Amino acid sequence: MTANDIVLEANEITKHFPGVLANDHVSIDLRKGEIHALLGENGAGKTTLMNILYGLYKPDSGQVVLNGKSIVIHSPKDSIEAGIGMVHQHFMLIPAFSVAENIMLGDETTHAGVLDIKAVSQRVRELSHQYGLEVDPDAKVGQLSVGAQQRVEIVKTLYRNANIIILDEPTAVLTPQETEDLFRIMRQLTARGVSIIFITHKLKEVLAVADRITVMRAGRVAGTVKPKETNEPKLASMMVGREVILTVQKQPARPKDEVLRVEDLRVLDDRDLEVIRGVSFDVRSGEIFGIAGVQGNGQTQLAEALTGLRPMKNGKVIMAGKDVSGKPPRPIIETGLAHIPEDRQRHGLVLSYSVADNMVLCNYYLEPFARGGVLQQEKVDENARRLIRDFDVRTPSPYVPTSKLSGGNQQKVIVARELSRPVKLLIASQPTRGLDVGSIEYIHKEIVAMRDRGVGVLLISAELDEIMALSDRIAVMYQGQIMDVVKANEATKESLGLLMAGIKSSETAEAAAPRP
Amino acid sequence: MQSTADKGFIRRLGQLLNPLLVPFLAIVTAVILGGIIIKVVGGDPIAAYKGLVQGAFGSPSALSETAVWSTPYIFAGLAVALGFKGGLFNIGAEGQIAFGAVAAALIGYALPGWLHTSIPPYIHIPLAVGAGILAGAIWGGIPGALKAYTGGHEVINTIMMNYIALNITSYLLNGPMRDPNPLNLSARTPEIAVSARIPPIFDIPGMRVHWGFVLALLMAVVVWWLLWKTTLGFEIRTVGANPDAAKYAGINVKWIITLTMALSGALAGLAGAIEVTALNYRHELGFSTGYGFDAIAIALLGKNNPYGIILAAILFGAMRNGATRMQFLTQIPIDIISVIQALILLFVAADAIIRFIYRIRAREERVVLTRGWGG
Ligand SMILES: Nc1ncnc2c1ncn2[C@@H]1O[C@H](COP(=O)(O)OP(=O)(O)OP(=O)(O)O)[C@@H](O)[C@H]1O
Ligand SMILES: [Mg+2]
Repeated sequence: MTANDIVLEANEITKHFPGVLANDHVSIDLRKGEIHALLGENGAGKTTLMNILYGLYKPDSGQVVLNGKSIVIHSPKDSIEAGIGMVHQHFMLIPAFSVAENIMLGDETTHAGVLDIKAVSQRVRELSHQYGLEVDPDAKVGQLSVGAQQRVEIVKTLYRNANIIILDEPTAVLTPQETEDLFRIMRQLTARGVSIIFITHKLKEVLAVADRITVMRAGRVAGTVKPKETNEPKLASMMVGREVILTVQKQPARPKDEVLRVEDLRVLDDRDLEVIRGVSFDVRSGEIFGIAGVQGNGQTQLAEALTGLRPMKNGKVIMAGKDVSGKPPRPIIETGLAHIPEDRQRHGLVLSYSVADNMVLCNYYLEPFARGGVLQQEKVDENARRLIRDFDVRTPSPYVPTSKLSGGNQQKVIVARELSRPVKLLIASQPTRGLDVGSIEYIHKEIVAMRDRGVGVLLISAELDEIMALSDRIAVMYQGQIMDVVKANEATKESLGLLMAGIKSSETAEAAAPRP
Repeated sequence: MQSTADKGFIRRLGQLLNPLLVPFLAIVTAVILGGIIIKVVGGDPIAAYKGLVQGAFGSPSALSETAVWSTPYIFAGLAVALGFKGGLFNIGAEGQIAFGAVAAALIGYALPGWLHTSIPPYIHIPLAVGAGILAGAIWGGIPGALKAYTGGHEVINTIMMNYIALNITSYLLNGPMRDPNPLNLSARTPEIAVSARIPPIFDIPGMRVHWGFVLALLMAVVVWWLLWKTTLGFEIRTVGANPDAAKYAGINVKWIITLTMALSGALAGLAGAIEVTALNYRHELGFSTGYGFDAIAIALLGKNNPYGIILAAILFGAMRNGATRMQFLTQIPIDIISVIQALILLFVAADAIIRFIYRIRAREERVVLTRGWGG
């Protein structure tokens, strides 16, 4: 490799936010046609660095060098002109518009003053054909899956002739299949000379797809390595600065009383389709009951119905001995429920509120946080300081708005709040999504500790590894029904995989057995 | 050393004043533009503004009148701001003020007759004012409940409620509640009983400033306390900032929406009640026109902060009050004040209003950008 191969270089970039040094003399380079993975703890400064390269933030000092020339990027407009595209974890698409309309937004192709949507559609078709991205230019974005929306974002950058693409945690919300597809697309792009910066917290992905890996820690570059020269534990300790135990350590469960019983639950989704179709199960105190399944098989609606956020059509929910079927959230919470919601920015946080206020979102009205309807701010702040310390939330103070926290640290605010309340049942939907390995280790330990204190845990996760590592019993959901409930120590990845694909073990046995 | 300490101080001062920056610049710009307009129509801007300031602050009685003008502005501004904090756009303050005034006037003049007895002021005043508050609360609560339980948009509904309130008021003042005095030619109620009157602060002729002004200042403190120090305020702000998270947190979103609108209406009703019980001693058609709409400007100029609203309301009160003297001294029509107020509003709010309305729409029709996974 020669220096000529370097297409983009960040040179000694420094960026302060009030109370935080987000980037401290960060240097990183990107070669033509490579996938350069960026790893680092929550709050290490990855998104900040990318936003600087993309022109959303101005660095305090340091340069961005493009094809050997130092350039100044004032806005995304400049970076797009320079051939840099970014797919934010926050997609910037308008659901009511079609794919083509979204793609031309901000760069409208007109024909004598009239929008030329046909030309755009045609070009989108060409691009998606060329790169093997399945994107229908006429589909409404709101009806696409997350994975498909992401492909739209990628096509959008290609449409603007990007030859450098930044992907910020693209796989956090993708199914394993969608992730595979994304990797295939990424390889196709690099084969055609596009360079990619890829941010993720999943070490396996990094090792599978990256050409080079740069690890950031506390605003600095901790090192750049090749996948061949490293492995998961090494990467983890590079990130966190200590050894990380990647497996969960726990004693066998000692389940006691039933804390949740669900009988013949039926739930409709937003389009009035029945997405939970007669589900029954029970969770005992002192056990972790995992729900595995490919995303979109009703897990979201199940959690929403159980926590009172979504009406149920039929069935019974008994929580800690009380019938809470069809009750609103408050009485359900008060029977002893903690809930880590799947959509953290929609349900879990008030982004404009301080970290401290968010940490009492569900119990602000109870002693000691309120007395006689009056908030006790000192107690609220005290609680926040304790949780920030215990859960290692990276924030300059309890008083900053949560919107200023990095994505993973926002998640930690919710997890800290929900895991610290005295409850009987924890419903955790994707509790570690977007978290770094060190935080995952800690939160897994906390969930197990909760179980050992006698809390019942309903764990819903798209990460099969997480389900298998934590659960004592595993239910597999497929098309709104529970295929089977198995003991965790008897389950294998393969057996769960078959169930997740809708194949019952008896069927497989039948299929495998020679016909008489 | 000295200079870094200075810098720190300036930065902190800057942070403190930052929220005031936009309103301040808006006022300055509007005043400059207003001056240009005065110049263009052939007046002397310096003399005009001098007259304005003199008329508003130049003498004890000028100050008193400025306070009198500011009083309903403070109440109504607080009403609109409380709605905004709960994510609700109360355009209905005008109708809520009118009903507050009608109810207070009715209790003020008719209650002694109904009871066939005189009532001591410490009972009569609270009853009259309370009736005004209740009327406003109901008139605000209805569109609140419609929003919460049927999804009917509060902007549309409060506007309609304004028309209903103003027409009913007009009917009442021309009909059942009309002052029966044969000399009376206007649509107005009889004078309220002396026992229902809130006294002026000073017993000096020409000094009309009354205890209602002090109540307005107190109310700003109460609203601030309610919003930021109580669990109810936490609930109102949470519903305003993120209704989905509010629901998740166990807050009864529908009830809070209804209650917020009722409280907002109560404050507007209070504005009307105080105008009747402390100033005019009756309700007359046309007394309160425009307060409810100016209140939107005041809430925006005050950044929905109760203390900001006091400042904004006094500014508006001073401009209204000083305008007469300005016209007297320079023959520049009073309307220029409306132009300047409109300009201030334009500069402060153009962006805020658009965003606000967009946000409401976004929540209901879900025309939001797709939500990803905040990296
Ligand atoms: N707009 C902002 N204002 C203030 N502080 C910010 C802002 N954006 C980021 N920060 C701070 O800068 C630091 C780095 O944040 P950044 O989002 O770059 O982290 P990250 O590496 O992307 O983390 P994650 O893996 O959690 O997404 C954090 O401490 C964060 O609180
Ligand atoms: Mg990030």
